[in-house]
Amino acid sequence: MSERPRGALSCPLPLRSGSVGLQHGGGGRAMRELVETLFLPAFDPDGRGERHDSAVLPGSGHALAFTTDSYVVDPLFFPGGDIGSLAVFGTVNDLAMAGAEPRYLSAGFILEEGFALDALERVVRSMASAAERAKVRIVTGDTKVVDRGRGHGVYLNTAGVGIRPAHVDVRPARIAAGDAVLVSGDLGRHGVAVMSRRAGLEFETSIESDLAPLASAVSALVEAAVDLRCLRDLTRGGLGTALAELALDARVDIEIDESRVAVLPAVRGACELFGLDPLYVANEGRMVVFVAEADATRALEALARIPETAGAARIGRVREPVSGPGRVTLRNDFGRSRPLPLGSGLELPRIC
Amino acid sequence: MRLVDEFRAPGAVDALAKRIGRVVTRPWRIMEVCGGQTHAIVRFGIDQMLPPTLSLLHGPGCPVCVTPIERIDRALFIASRAEVVLCSFGDMLRVPGSETDLLGAKGRGADVRVVFSPLDALAIAEREPQRQVVFFAVGFETTAPAIALAAERARQTGIENFSLLVAHVLVPPALEAVLGDPECRVDGFLAAGHVCTIMGLEQYRPIAKKYRVPIVATGFEPTDLLQGILLLVEQLESGRHEVENQYTRAVTAGGNAHAQSMLARVFEVVPRAWRGLGEIPRSGLGLRAEYRSLDADLRFPEGPAAAAEPEVCRAGRVLRGIERPTECPAFGSDCTPAHPLGAPMVSSEGACAAYYRFRSPA
Repeated sequence: MSERPRGALSCPLPLRSGSVGLQHGGGGRAMRELVETLFLPAFDPDGRGERHDSAVLPGSGHALAFTTDSYVVDPLFFPGGDIGSLAVFGTVNDLAMAGAEPRYLSAGFILEEGFALDALERVVRSMASAAERAKVRIVTGDTKVVDRGRGHGVYLNTAGVGIRPAHVDVRPARIAAGDAVLVSGDLGRHGVAVMSRRAGLEFETSIESDLAPLASAVSALVEAAVDLRCLRDLTRGGLGTALAELALDARVDIEIDESRVAVLPAVRGACELFGLDPLYVANEGRMVVFVAEADATRALEALARIPETAGAARIGRVREPVSGPGRVTLRNDFGRSRPLPLGSGLELPRIC
Repeated sequence: MRLVDEFRAPGAVDALAKRIGRVVTRPWRIMEVCGGQTHAIVRFGIDQMLPPTLSLLHGPGCPVCVTPIERIDRALFIASRAEVVLCSFGDMLRVPGSETDLLGAKGRGADVRVVFSPLDALAIAEREPQRQVVFFAVGFETTAPAIALAAERARQTGIENFSLLVAHVLVPPALEAVLGDPECRVDGFLAAGHVCTIMGLEQYRPIAKKYRVPIVATGFEPTDLLQGILLLVEQLESGRHEVENQYTRAVTAGGNAHAQSMLARVFEVVPRAWRGLGEIPRSGLGLRAEYRSLDADLRFPEGPAAAAEPEVCRAGRVLRGIERPTECPAFGSDCTPAHPLGAPMVSSEGACAAYYRFRSPA
């Protein structure tokens, strides 16, 4: 082990110049140095973690939640975030959507030979501060390096473990006719922010990604003791796809009022320009909440007290399915309804 | 966005819909030409606000939808060359060729990139001089001026690794093709406001006169569309067949003279095959002789054999307003946006995609 005081990112290796080499994934000295001088000081500054192939976590009387997700966002740095904070908050939010309090994450790095180490350091620092904000610890990890041209700078995988109180039960099957549908804020910021920096489509916008951890908001809902039925974070595919999936899984119809769904003017403008529907544009810090009608107001009050969900609003209601599989309808300002189907999985900017 | 909100105000929309209801005494069939208008009509439910005797038909105005399979196959063929970067607008990437689409080609290693402007493709050519950058130029008179600008810049700078695969089409010949069809059911047209912004209104006067059909240049917001329909219905009810302008905040009778002269310098009118409609004389734009050095068809002369369109797809009948998307037996079952059989299911402006997205059961 290094004699150098831990917690400081000043390191004996010329990390901030130079670039990732194949040796950094080779399991030898260079990789060890990378772990010791970059990952450990960032994720385990007080050196509590065991250095071992797996993290052994203390047990408890609660249910464990466990999830994993990989992150390949392009560009790696975008307004309001980067692949590092995305990889932390994304997995934290997946745990929170199970009603769990996120505790531990793993971090798997797939680095491309030639990737600048100062960029890697920015990603790692961003992960560390995201983990601090979300109150999770990054306790285990892995690093591989692929040949130049076979990666995209950095790909990230994070797995996460969380603790779920025994009385919390949130899942699609609990959604019932009469439930209120809440959404935790305005929509479409992440997709527009990322698109605004994507090669070939650069445009001027002040929009920043909505990227944020949702675990505090979920804890607030749990503490408020509302009858929480189901939670779903709105990532790729947006609100439209999330609701369509839930309607199918829960076999219910869902009605949404378009006028109650907030979209920032600049996001609406960019969507008009590119021919995209903000209801299908990606978010990274928004969720839809299904709650028993009688508890809807209290749930909104709980969400309003948490900064990440201060813009929460009630947008619709759950109905008995009219026929066949569950479906989602959107009522527009003119009182006309249209269905919200599953997204195509790929939103392409239109021609004119 | 306050500008848009004004044209989506529920009170104004409701008032216009009621006025149309009071004017209409007979059944009329109105075709909106532009895919953007189709999309707005279905998204906002404009057609549901109209009296039942008034039906809207969806026209051939989605440039992605009318690009023939031969052009897509040619783009795929060129994209498969190792030295080529093929650039195009986003919604061209999923339009099916005879075997795959550009997204599929990208998955197999072709360098296919989405750009928002042909000038971005030109910039890629400047940045990557060792690559052959080909811009797949599709669209109506609306997108053509930007292509002309890129062509002029490329010629001025003498850049050698940039070329254009041109599939441009023109609106007025398509209207004539629809009107000349013996099965034609169209009583009046909403002309595409953005095309008229460039080209003006004069081109439509001979068509209105020859076919005795009213044409109203119309915008894309709910109040635009309803006002355009109102003007058209007033003409139909009083037996007039004039060219009118609803979209006065953007369209002038003469259009954009600067853009028109740029088009005239770079392009000449050529015959063009339309997906679903077949070849229409004088309906496309091709590069003039002075710009042939930028012609990707000449730079990459060899190509695949011509392929037929899938028989089950009724895009041609949909694009001519003879059938609605939902009348096609493949609609929503064999043909969906995820697995489109024909182009109208692909583009966000395609009539089939608009119906799938906004009308089909979820």
